[in-house]
Amino acid sequence: MLGYAAKRVLVSIPVIFGILIVTFSLARMIPGDPCKAMLGDKVSAETCQAFVERHGLNKPLISQFFVYVEDIAHGNFGDSIRFSRPVTQIIVERLPMTAELAMLALIVATVVGVGLGIIAARKQNSATDVGTMVLANVGISMPVFWLGLMLAYLFGVILRGTPLWLPPSGRLSAGMASVPFYEVWHWQVVADTTQARFLAFLSNFYVLNALITGNWPLFWDALRHMVLPVIALSTIPMAVIARMTRSSLLDVLGRDYIRTARAKGVLDRDVVRKHALGNAMLPVVTILGLQMGALLSGAVLTETVFGLAGVGRMLVEAIFARDYPVVQAFTVMIAVSYVVINLLVDLSYSYLDPRIRPQ
Amino acid sequence: MTSLNNASAAAADAIAEEGLIGDPVPLWKQTWKRLLRKRSGQVGLIIIGLLLLIAITAPVIAPYDPNDVLIGTEHVKRREAPCVHLLGCDINRPQHIMGIDGNSRDTFSRVLYGTRVSLMIGLVTVTTALVSGVLLGAIAGFFGGIADNIIMRIMDVILGFPSLLLAIAIVAVLGPGIVNALLAISIVSMPAYARVTRASVLSVKTLDFVSATRALGGSPARILFRRVLPNALTPIVVLATLGIATAILDAAGLSFLGLGAQPPMPEWGTMLGTEKDQVFSAPHLVFFPGIAIMLTVLGFNLLGDGLRDALDPRLNT
Repeated sequence: MLGYAAKRVLVSIPVIFGILIVTFSLARMIPGDPCKAMLGDKVSAETCQAFVERHGLNKPLISQFFVYVEDIAHGNFGDSIRFSRPVTQIIVERLPMTAELAMLALIVATVVGVGLGIIAARKQNSATDVGTMVLANVGISMPVFWLGLMLAYLFGVILRGTPLWLPPSGRLSAGMASVPFYEVWHWQVVADTTQARFLAFLSNFYVLNALITGNWPLFWDALRHMVLPVIALSTIPMAVIARMTRSSLLDVLGRDYIRTARAKGVLDRDVVRKHALGNAMLPVVTILGLQMGALLSGAVLTETVFGLAGVGRMLVEAIFARDYPVVQAFTVMIAVSYVVINLLVDLSYSYLDPRIRPQ
Repeated sequence: MTSLNNASAAAADAIAEEGLIGDPVPLWKQTWKRLLRKRSGQVGLIIIGLLLLIAITAPVIAPYDPNDVLIGTEHVKRREAPCVHLLGCDINRPQHIMGIDGNSRDTFSRVLYGTRVSLMIGLVTVTTALVSGVLLGAIAGFFGGIADNIIMRIMDVILGFPSLLLAIAIVAVLGPGIVNALLAISIVSMPAYARVTRASVLSVKTLDFVSATRALGGSPARILFRRVLPNALTPIVVLATLGIATAILDAAGLSFLGLGAQPPMPEWGTMLGTEKDQVFSAPHLVFFPGIAIMLTVLGFNLLGDGLRDALDPRLNT
């Protein structure tokens, strides 16, 4: 098992390396002067000279690449042109929002998707089954941004004044402010240290922060703001998971050992729960990792629709502002987390299914 | 006894229909028949047929030119709600069944012309991705060794990115625009075709009928195109159909963000993106283009599912 894990980790390293090569080359393919592209148009000749020296832009591409990798390994993504401050700081502020959104969406998509898949499979060819699968087909074909806008209109405008009203944009209502947990607990934090940045990063998970500080009005408010984005973002993965669960469960339910279980009088409920579900979940676990890609891409669109200040929206804004250090850093970060998530999924898969472990 | 006879007669009919007895039925004819028997295939074909019809006849059925600014020629307001005579709209006012957009154009005409743009996007990206992916996959599988390693590692890296994100990054460098968006989406969808082709090439290249062609002096190109690739056709056809759906969805997403088709092109994603801030006051401008995207994507998804079932040899009765 350990050997397999080590091998699987080793296989991911070239992919991560490849991702770095791609993002490095993309930055070098930007038309015009690289110094102006990375530091902005108003940069002085001396600063430019220093920048060229610093990044070895007068040296061969290969040594430029190693400077780039070394910087990233030290968590140094350069400075944002637009905000004139380190990109790492911006990531600390923006990433928790996106991570919170993606995680909540993944949980909802998995729980509801698996649930719907099981119901559909147990009542194969019934009206429920057909209805669920029609919905799943529509869900897969739904543009995330359109669904988001329609939900915002439905819950934000049409249902205004009813208890079902939900906030159509932002992370918190006006007048609400998230107080970081370390301030609530009066921790002594030295500004501008790694520890301070890490604590700030954690406290930017608003829902989590409100939960652990026991601030219920804030928790409720932050959660309500997440409902519509989470529904919009989770729809496509949910539909994919529901279809996968259904077909996989139907496949397992047709096997001989299930017939044996039924023959010896096991209750239908227990056949599904105890005998079939475990095996049926294996293919579902595999697609979970791939669905993270849909979630990360979808987050860009969802954040744009709901005006949420996460990495996705930041990325799009940075593209229009020609803020290339931000574009580069965010692309690397999202792609590497995608690879790591898929690595974790693969490892958990081999843990769940002993057959694919090498002996 | 009679029922048994009937049953065996039905079975014989079924066998004959599948071409197991009597004259062989071409694969495409069988597939077509099975596709028409599946609900998903039927619905998918109907939707795509209608869309093709709309795309071809757009100039005839669209009441206005998609880029006509109607202020000055008609008594309409910007972002006016839909006016349908059959639903009780004043008969003296001009009919706009999907309303007027932010630039005082007829939304219905723009949605109709958008069908052309979206179908074009789907076909162009998938054709580009398919041709390059299949060629790369075939080279990798056929020649093996270093070529195989280099090509497939590059494909792994492309698959290492969430697809829309890589497309966004590529467009960020190349600059926003429909052509760059199409290129970006083609690049990110290439690996799927390369992998499938490589796998089929590897599975048949050592078989006797390929060796026979080689023994008869067939050129590598002939072996590849006449002997090996036809065996990869089934998964590629399914992949390409589903790929059109993904390409249309991704292109709409890029355009929505302002990175794809630029105004005034009547592209559904762009139409949605330019009016997204007006969703609370003019929801019709967001609703209709979105429905159009969804129906188109649904059509290709259903057809792809239907084709997969119809082409699956395990489902042969």
